[in-house]
Amino acid sequence: MESVWSQLEPLLPLVQKPARYIGCEDGAKAKLPDPSLISWCFLYPDTYEVGLPNQGLQILYEIINERPDARADRSYAPWVDLDALMREHEIPLFSVEHHTPCSAFDFLAFNLSAELTYTNLMNCVDLSGVPVRSDERSDTDPFVIVGGHCTYNPEPIADYVDAVVLGDGEEVVGDITDVLADCRREGVTERAQILARLAHVESVYVPSEYRPLYSSEDLTTASLVGIEPIGDAPSEITKRTVADLAEWPYPKEQLVPLTEVVHDRLNVEVFRGCTRGCRFCQAGMITRPVRERPADQVRTMVSNALERTGYDEVSLTSLSTADFSGIESVVTDIMDDSEDAGCGPISVSLPSLRVDAFGVGIAAQLQRAKRTGLTFAPEAGTWRMRQIINKLIREEDLYEAVEAAFSQGWKRVKLYFLIGLPSETDEDTLGIIELAKACVAIGKKHNSRASVTVSVGGFVPKPFTPFQWFGQNTHQELQRKVNLLKDAARSSKGVQLKWHDPKATLVEGLMARGDRRIGPVIEQVWREGGIFQEWSEHFGIDRWDEAMEANGYRFEDFVFRHRTEDEHLPWDHLFAGLHKDFLWQDWQDALAEVGLEDCRWTPCYDCGACTGYGIEHVVASATPPAGGSQGTGQDLTTGGIVPVTLGTKPLTGSTARS
Amino acid sequence: MNPPPKFHIRIRFAEAGKIRFVSHRDVARLFERALRKVRLPVAYSEGFSPRPKLSFGLALSVGHESDAEYLDVELTEQIEIEDLADRLTEALPDGLVVHEVAHREHGSDSLQQAIVSCNWRISLQGAPTAAVEAAVAEALAAEELVIERVRKGKPVIANVRPAILELRVVGSDGSEPSDSPTAGDTLLEAELSTQGTSLRPAELVAALAARSGHEGLVESRVWRTHQWLIVDGVRREPLRPPEPTRRDLHSCPNRTRASQLPSTELQRSLVEN
Repeated sequence: MESVWSQLEPLLPLVQKPARYIGCEDGAKAKLPDPSLISWCFLYPDTYEVGLPNQGLQILYEIINERPDARADRSYAPWVDLDALMREHEIPLFSVEHHTPCSAFDFLAFNLSAELTYTNLMNCVDLSGVPVRSDERSDTDPFVIVGGHCTYNPEPIADYVDAVVLGDGEEVVGDITDVLADCRREGVTERAQILARLAHVESVYVPSEYRPLYSSEDLTTASLVGIEPIGDAPSEITKRTVADLAEWPYPKEQLVPLTEVVHDRLNVEVFRGCTRGCRFCQAGMITRPVRERPADQVRTMVSNALERTGYDEVSLTSLSTADFSGIESVVTDIMDDSEDAGCGPISVSLPSLRVDAFGVGIAAQLQRAKRTGLTFAPEAGTWRMRQIINKLIREEDLYEAVEAAFSQGWKRVKLYFLIGLPSETDEDTLGIIELAKACVAIGKKHNSRASVTVSVGGFVPKPFTPFQWFGQNTHQELQRKVNLLKDAARSSKGVQLKWHDPKATLVEGLMARGDRRIGPVIEQVWREGGIFQEWSEHFGIDRWDEAMEANGYRFEDFVFRHRTEDEHLPWDHLFAGLHKDFLWQDWQDALAEVGLEDCRWTPCYDCGACTGYGIEHVVASATPPAGGSQGTGQDLTTGGIVPVTLGTKPLTGSTARS
Repeated sequence: MNPPPKFHIRIRFAEAGKIRFVSHRDVARLFERALRKVRLPVAYSEGFSPRPKLSFGLALSVGHESDAEYLDVELTEQIEIEDLADRLTEALPDGLVVHEVAHREHGSDSLQQAIVSCNWRISLQGAPTAAVEAAVAEALAAEELVIERVRKGKPVIANVRPAILELRVVGSDGSEPSDSPTAGDTLLEAELSTQGTSLRPAELVAALAARSGHEGLVESRVWRTHQWLIVDGVRREPLRPPEPTRRDLHSCPNRTRASQLPSTELQRSLVEN
């Protein structure tokens, strides 16, 4: 297989950050191109710095390269400067290991973690010289496969991908490789036949094997009424769940890049799943049940990797990391191990810090080498709102956490909030600034220059959450709320406000819950040059407005309107483990301002995630972590009360209000 | 109480191949990690975010290669340096090779202040060798060589002739082996001052391009071959260059220049991998 390196090399002095394109990472696998091997190219449809640290891709990259009959390389979206040069010089997209053209691989497998990267997905496929629409690909083209959290509603890109993987990828990549290996042995080369076989792999959705049904022929006014298999593909596709993380100690050799990337540190996944039940949080819903990695394995993985990589910072990754059983002893062991090994000072960071003093204390103790910023996510400004979203943090918990932070030397803390949540009033919105002001006042006791950065994002309802029926706030409404916050922040000394562009939130919402009709809209935006939509300097709403209008669609129908219980949702043929009636009930509970406890330490409320798989939450300790089952800072072992209003559940609720 | 004693080592290393596209700052980070991997007792700064005490010589531009890069490291205790060069090379990515490590007296000038000039080897494309030779002769004969550069966001006119300490054409179409990928290139050697009015290789090439009448004249590869400082009136290198027999030809960028050029380099990396 040819390499494009000799064509690429003279162009690299002309582009920004050329180190993005040279590979050479420590940990990179370099199985040579060999036509007898099944070949995968794992791609992240954003820059190298954003894509390289992606743990999912690194895990699959290692698993495939360990197989004697397969090999894998990686690729990332070239920045706009190189993109233009590659098109001018007719250089195809390449892998960073061998600079092999991506079109020479059997599978182009993308991780989709953010909806705004969809135009980059199309661009990467096109830059590879592969037709962007799946029905235009020939037998010699690679199969375009996608996985990751966005694929829980793959319909907007269904006509552009060949297969979608739902859930944990560790086992599925092997199954897919087996299918292609079998086909080769049997001499099956026809694309349609191979796709039909892939459609029978558990957790693999092949969109071309299904057709959407609409209420009328005029698609601009029709409603989606179903998605059904055309042939003998299964009528429902269930996500894959790896039962025991201990069997998958990956990545064993985390990639160490030559140039700085985001999350540039050792990352070790300590558990998957979360049952705190925050109703806005798709990750918490679709990754259930909780599966912890054994503490001993965490310790071994960390100490081996620190020695191999030379990193001085390790991040224990998961959702709500402080919930890991015995987190304190695990991190103490890590610190002691590294000290014994003589590697110099090591920092341990917990990316998802709980809002309580316990979390801060642990952070201060752990960051011996360097202190990073402290970020808390109360998510909403009032207790009423936090009950609705089931993020049951009391003001006292936040104040204790902030007190602990400022008293231990931090000068600035960051607070994350969402706006545009169900039933939100202006009082709820402005409560954000009230909380921030109180935090600044606490900080001033310790440091006259204490400040609080408030980061505000517009809420995008996501599939397989209780809020999947909720109509997203319009961008005008979100902008009005941002303006309210700006006015309030202006008169609040020490409060800095940052916000996400409501227009980008609108587009995110379109792709999060759109259906197959949205595909041509995305394609048009890409064709008009709309790549790197995650980057504010490249995002423009005009292209999206024009593409929606050109195709005859309105944002209202896909984004803003509330959906009803009986409506067919574009992802109803997929199953993330959560019963739809559980989600609907939780939605009604939310509207009634009724909270729900974390089921790790309270009786099961049958969301479906465990029962569907015949597995249980894997937690090492039957005792809730310090802070209690909702992380409220209360010690349940001494009889503290979780402030969850367990009122009568309304069985029939009104439809959504906002 | 006396402050803890300090120990210093100086490292000479080469940077060649694909890694030339990595920035100076990133190379510093690669060394920080390599020093931790070989468990050197590196001294750290005090404060909220302690940093390892490393100090590099003059930054190498992205895209340039070098046989003569330097790094000073402060340590908390005296160490054996016998096999340290090899251990560091092992801990560094391909393309970074440590040639020498030496103990250093504390108190001598920092590398950045002490270096007075650098030697460069520059391959040029886009003009016949004869035109380059003429431009070089003209530049050397000139009293003044004026270029416009941007300093602190403002255009500045500078006479850079005094910064050219040495300049000659050392190779052309005919002088390279016929199988060399550089065939067609013109090779220049230059010693350029880094003190007072300094001159960067790219600026030199731009000035020659203007004089040669070939606006398309550009540098295709640039190597730093020496950095110089003056000690007691004598010009010398911060560390002596590696002895030719120290290492096999394969790992010494100085001697494998031809094989590191594009197509063969790729073949080599494929074979090694």
